[in-house]
Amino acid sequence: MKDYLSLRIGKRFSSFQLHKKTIWFSLLALLIVIAVAIVSLGMGEMKIAPLDVLKVLLGIGSEENALIVEQFRLPRIVIAILVGAALAVAGAIMQGLVRNPLASPDVLGVSGGASVFAVGFLILFETASIKWLPPIAFLGATLTTFLLYALSWKKGVTPLRLVMIGVGIKIAAGAIVTMLIMFSPFLLQNKALLWLTGSIYGVDWNDVFMILPWVIGLILVAGLLARRVNIQQLGDDLATSLGSSLQLDRFFLLMICAALTGTAVSVGGDISFVALLAPHIAKQLIGPSFGGAMTLSAFLGAIIVLLADLIARMAFSPIEVPVGVFTSAIGAPFFIYLLYKNRNR
Amino acid sequence: MSSLLASNFRKILGVAFAILLLTYLSYASLIFGVIDTSWQTAIDAYTNFNGSNEHIVIKEVRVPRVLNALTVGFCLGLAGTLLQSLTRNPVADVELFGLNAGASLFVVFAVTFVGISSLTQFTWISFLGAAVAGLIVYLLGSFGRDGLSPVKLVLAGAAITALASSIRHGMMVLNEKATDEVLFWLAGSVGGRKLEYLATVFPYMIIAWIAAFVLARPIQTLLMGDDVAKGLGQRTLLVKFSVGIVIVLLSGCAVAVAGPIGFVGLVTPHLARYLVGIDTRWVLLYSGLLGSILLLLADIGARYIAMPAEVPIGVMTALIGIPFFIYVARKGLDK
Repeated sequence: MKDYLSLRIGKRFSSFQLHKKTIWFSLLALLIVIAVAIVSLGMGEMKIAPLDVLKVLLGIGSEENALIVEQFRLPRIVIAILVGAALAVAGAIMQGLVRNPLASPDVLGVSGGASVFAVGFLILFETASIKWLPPIAFLGATLTTFLLYALSWKKGVTPLRLVMIGVGIKIAAGAIVTMLIMFSPFLLQNKALLWLTGSIYGVDWNDVFMILPWVIGLILVAGLLARRVNIQQLGDDLATSLGSSLQLDRFFLLMICAALTGTAVSVGGDISFVALLAPHIAKQLIGPSFGGAMTLSAFLGAIIVLLADLIARMAFSPIEVPVGVFTSAIGAPFFIYLLYKNRNR
Repeated sequence: MSSLLASNFRKILGVAFAILLLTYLSYASLIFGVIDTSWQTAIDAYTNFNGSNEHIVIKEVRVPRVLNALTVGFCLGLAGTLLQSLTRNPVADVELFGLNAGASLFVVFAVTFVGISSLTQFTWISFLGAAVAGLIVYLLGSFGRDGLSPVKLVLAGAAITALASSIRHGMMVLNEKATDEVLFWLAGSVGGRKLEYLATVFPYMIIAWIAAFVLARPIQTLLMGDDVAKGLGQRTLLVKFSVGIVIVLLSGCAVAVAGPIGFVGLVTPHLARYLVGIDTRWVLLYSGLLGSILLLLADIGARYIAMPAEVPIGVMTALIGIPFFIYVARKGLDK
């Protein structure tokens, strides 16, 4: 077992093994995140060389550069990383639980449910503090998850029924959001429209601090529960005979998944297919053991959203395309590929 | 299989009742709205036009709207039945299978980059879009050992829809002028369309309706299974291909007139089969009539929910259709 590194906290609490490959890939992915972030920080109306960006981040850059980087661009970059990581981990959990490669919170309508609540909150409680947005979106994601599970339940939940009903819920959520937008005052309409495609345009430090504790906390909890996800992946019978409290674990994990989705949606809207792409790439690279796959997919999710955002900003500058457009432009063909690959299942 | 309207006499009676209901709903749709009018005013608008607001509303807004809802609803009802028969799948619908998204993408592309504005071109391009998307979804859905399966079709439809709408969205962000031109159309509505749209498309509609009923018999045979149909001497590929063309025509016409409207064609065939059993000719007729009824109802509802603003009718039909979709998905996929 020389290739493995064991981590253990307490005797029964949490443990996982990391393959060396996992560690190397994760470090590499982290480096790419940083590199893309630095390049992206320098891109925009005013181009700043990566070296100057680095200087600013270290606190020795020029004042002018510092203003642009720290006030205008950094919050957006941080949000891209956080949202990408949150979505990716949510997707990794979902795929582990449903044991279907096509499952992800956005395909199953969980993001859509969160959007309904977020948009409804913005429109109905115009004066309320925006810091309530993540818990509200979380509530929406949770209720949608319950609804999805309840509607798919017929002497147990089969993954296929779950996916079918999820597609229905997603379409219904889209219709409700459109309806809510119809009722909203004109000024809010543009903001609300973003929820339909997903965009991280115009975020500031407040948004960052709003979701930072949620994302970090939830990902840590997900990491601690890693071995429970691993057991779930073995299938119901095996998991039960291994002494796992199957339903309880499943419930907790779904909650975490819903919370992560809600958090991401509360600032980014419905950014599609990140939650599907990242875990798949991670599993291709290092295999399905959850602890490592989750870590790597968090980084990969961050990279995907960062890159998509960079393209969305720069490709047709000065016009900005919503980042969700690019994630689905990459994600949908990938989804079709998965569909083709799993055709005989 | 027992059905509510077993004898031919009852079926004809049912059709008469449906037509009566359609007449009443058309009347309601003409009269009620932000400006309430009366039957007398509606007749006067044509016999005795005096240029008053009511008369203009009736002539320019309400009448086109009723005619659009009637014809588009009929098209969608037929398209749904054909699609469900062709794929032998209880959850088939033009929206779910990405036909609407494909047509929308092609139209936006044509408006943005090619700059077309003629109605005839518009129509042909939406035919093409619906055809391309439908073909891709059908192919994706039929890969694999077990052939066409509802789940694969729905998932392929969802993926194609996501892809098409993201590309469309990107194009619209890039070209704001074109966006203004197509945005009203994308919302999916039977209102706000001049009669010219319908007039341009109407010949194709008629052809598609006739073709649908001509194909009813071969479809009936096909429903017994490919092998049986072949054994009975049917050229199944030819039949399937023609049905596909008719579906594309029907949904393309509907999209060209009213923009993307989903789920009408999902609901009505089930109701129709419940009413008249499995005879495809009757199912087609009933499904079409029910489609018109449903669309008229949804249109009247869309006016009242957010008065004076209007909810896009596509949203209304989606909200009616999704619970039904979930019901069918729960019930019908276990076999």
